[in-house]
Amino acid sequence: MPEAEDGRARLLAALRRPGSRGQAVAAVLLAVLGFAAVTQVRSNGRDDSYVGARQGDLVQYINSLSLASQRAENEIARLQGTRDALGNDAQSRRTAVERAREQAATLGILAGTVPAVGPGIRVRITDGGSGVGTNQLLDGLQELRDAGAEAIELNDQVRVVAQTSLQDRSGRGVVVDGTVLEPPYVIDAIGDRHTLATGLQFARGFTDEVEGVGGTVAIKELPQVQVGSVVVPKPPRYAEPAGSR
Amino acid sequence: MIAAVGLLLGVLLGIFLQPTVPVWLDPYLPIAVVAALDAVFGALRAFLDGIFDDKVFVVSFVSNVLIAAVIVYLGDKLGVGGQLSTGVIVVLGIRIFSNVAAIRRHIFHA
Repeated sequence: MPEAEDGRARLLAALRRPGSRGQAVAAVLLAVLGFAAVTQVRSNGRDDSYVGARQGDLVQYINSLSLASQRAENEIARLQGTRDALGNDAQSRRTAVERAREQAATLGILAGTVPAVGPGIRVRITDGGSGVGTNQLLDGLQELRDAGAEAIELNDQVRVVAQTSLQDRSGRGVVVDGTVLEPPYVIDAIGDRHTLATGLQFARGFTDEVEGVGGTVAIKELPQVQVGSVVVPKPPRYAEPAGSR
Repeated sequence: MIAAVGLLLGVLLGIFLQPTVPVWLDPYLPIAVVAALDAVFGALRAFLDGIFDDKVFVVSFVSNVLIAAVIVYLGDKLGVGGQLSTGVIVVLGIRIFSNVAAIRRHIFHA
């Protein structure tokens, strides 16, 4: 190695010359260093932050992870409880709505606010002059109710309900709930057909009464009777449900 | 010349071979690299001072790497591996800085 005065000159000289034994050794070691450095940089770039971690660190990671997962599980349980509660709520509400609808249908048929259909009888009454009026019709309706008629209609026009009123009209016919009905009268009644029919036909009953005043009664038992007319319910002015307040 | 070529060769080898670091070596490799860097800068400084000796370089290189690894290993066994690694890095960093300062004075005369 020539003794140059200057470090810089010595370095440049070493870079120009192929080199001595010392340079060869340095080359080997530098190669090792470069190799190791690049390897380390590469492995550091990969996402393996846990590979070289120490035991204590790993234990801490695991602890925090299990804490987090426990918290998440609690959250899941809480949300599932909420979901179940909401589901139950919706279910019970649906059931209540269904029941209310059923009840509304039943009450609607009884109150005459909805059309009804079912097995029953159709009674045709001719008055043969002027004999048949409110008395006879009232008797007939009463007998039908006694026999369990669930929906009654007069002349396909007037639904007979609890508040129905009948009035004789001067001349011919009757006035039912403000509607003028003229003979022949037709009563549609839904219920047990045989019971309804026998309810009208027993001795000294409705049929005998009508025939006594000169009219005729024809009873037909039908598998399907349509009661199409409805009444508009009037909200009660004076009466109110007791005990519901 | 050959030294620079050797460094380049090592870097290229590392890039193209893409070796994976064995697990047992993983905690020691970064410290070892820093220690080797310290040895290399020390050697460069000695070269510029005109007192470079390849035997000294080899010994210092190997012993630097080994001591760094042993310190980290010992620290891991004692449960202070993280702190000890930091300490080693700090010391080596200071040495590298002072060596580089001397090299700078040689090359740039400043």
